[in-house]
Amino acid sequence: MLKDITIGQHFPGNSLVHLMDPRLKIIITICYIVVLFMAANPLGIALSILLLLSLYLVAKIPLKMIGKSLKPILPIILFTCVLNLFFVVGEGEPLFQFWIFTVYAKGVQYAVLMAVRVLALIAGTSLLTYTTSPIILTDAIERLLAPFAKLHLPVHELAMMMSIALRFIPTLIEETDKIMNAQKARGAMLDNGSLKQRVMALVPVLIPLFISAFRRADELAMAMECRCYHGGEGRTRLKVLRMTRRDLVCGLVSLAVLGVILSTRFFVPGLQ
Amino acid sequence: MSKMIDADRIRFRYDPDSPAWAVDGASLQVEKGEFVAVLGANGCGKSTLAKHLNAILLPEEGTVLVEEMDTRDEEKLFQIRQTVGMVFQNPDNQIVATVVEEDVAFALENLGVPSGEIRQRIDEAMKMTGIYQHRSKAPHKLSGGQKQRVAIAGDIAMRPDCLVLDEATAMLDPRGREAVMSTIRTLNHDYGITVVAITHYMEEAAQADRVVVMSGGKVVLEGTPAQVFSQAELVRKYHLDVPQATELRDELVKLGYPLPQGIISIEECAQAIYKLFQE
Repeated sequence: MLKDITIGQHFPGNSLVHLMDPRLKIIITICYIVVLFMAANPLGIALSILLLLSLYLVAKIPLKMIGKSLKPILPIILFTCVLNLFFVVGEGEPLFQFWIFTVYAKGVQYAVLMAVRVLALIAGTSLLTYTTSPIILTDAIERLLAPFAKLHLPVHELAMMMSIALRFIPTLIEETDKIMNAQKARGAMLDNGSLKQRVMALVPVLIPLFISAFRRADELAMAMECRCYHGGEGRTRLKVLRMTRRDLVCGLVSLAVLGVILSTRFFVPGLQ
Repeated sequence: MSKMIDADRIRFRYDPDSPAWAVDGASLQVEKGEFVAVLGANGCGKSTLAKHLNAILLPEEGTVLVEEMDTRDEEKLFQIRQTVGMVFQNPDNQIVATVVEEDVAFALENLGVPSGEIRQRIDEAMKMTGIYQHRSKAPHKLSGGQKQRVAIAGDIAMRPDCLVLDEATAMLDPRGREAVMSTIRTLNHDYGITVVAITHYMEEAAQADRVVVMSGGKVVLEGTPAQVFSQAELVRKYHLDVPQATELRDELVKLGYPLPQGIISIEECAQAIYKLFQE
């Protein structure tokens, strides 16, 4: 049951998108999000989606994965859609009216654009995690935030915590499974009963899990000390990230395309 | 030649207010290139002693010298920890990174070794411990024995002179234990790395050059495996077993079969019994 949980799903590959410098990928993703919001007109969003689809094709990520990444947020999108549909007040004649609701043409336009925009946003950020392994992503975040270390932001520590968390997710999931089985063997009813009963049944699973996590943390800290860990100061890395020419070209091309999409806001009427 | 480790009458307690000493005046000398096994019942202070050997714990009384460096000398801390590598019991709790080779590189990254040299040293370490083919796997996909060898490789990459194994095989299945032990023997034998193995397994202790038995925070018995295990009564007094081969030999002697002293391995035992039948 717990095996279904996947965090930061990653599809290894050798495409241009996969091999791009992760720092650049993060920056481009952020720009993409900004562009989605700045170019909030039908043409801009259509172009953004076109760009996204072509990137998915280049990365050879099966398109059905987009659907999979969108599934969890569908209820939220539907909810905002409905809200927009009924509460946006436009000019002119309403499209139709029933009971207390009035729907204007602008409301429909708003609802659709908003929904598409959020979908494009999620699909775009998913592409980042699909093509970049969590450890590389952590590494890139550490490098990108490095300038802030001068402002005493604990950048290295944050990145270390993130990568240790990633390292221990499978271990702790395995352990949870073991504890659940052990409690079931003692007669715990984890799968049936009322909601309250099931929540209460989880307590004897969580307590041993927490205690063991603390013990693990203690031992891990000692093992790290044994290997001369003393914070980020003077630390070198096995893999050094280097921007290659190809990275620069790819980055410039993507930024240029995003720039073109952004410029649509000046000649295509958008929302607001 | 200086000693690898010279622990002189060290005393240590976890709680400075309690009168219970975890290590109570234990001394341990280890020569370079030696393979020493430390035995003892639960709570006899052997793990605590092990943690003194690379300055994880500092003795309250007495001194620990690692290649003549005092473990209390804070300036030499990293040098000491590079000299004495430590492997713990639970393989899961000592692997830091999400990829095997990154974990092996962890110590070198901490020490600020340039990345080209890191690559070279970790490749060497992974080949020495036989996990090179798993270098790009995630640690949780490995077996216990493989994980433990990853941890050993992480230490070996520092090029230590000594490895301390704190019950490093206790959580492994027999096959994993054998793989780890054979790696340790290779490191000791072919690369001259000093090994201090804290263990519960008499069969492992039997492979050592020297056995040290601890009880109540003190070293109570010391000698070659044959010397120690031939005093079966004494060994049992310290709540320890003797290797199965030795036990069999003792039982046979009780029944009146004249078998020689100092049998500790299965081969020796088989040889002796075979000889007996031939006569």
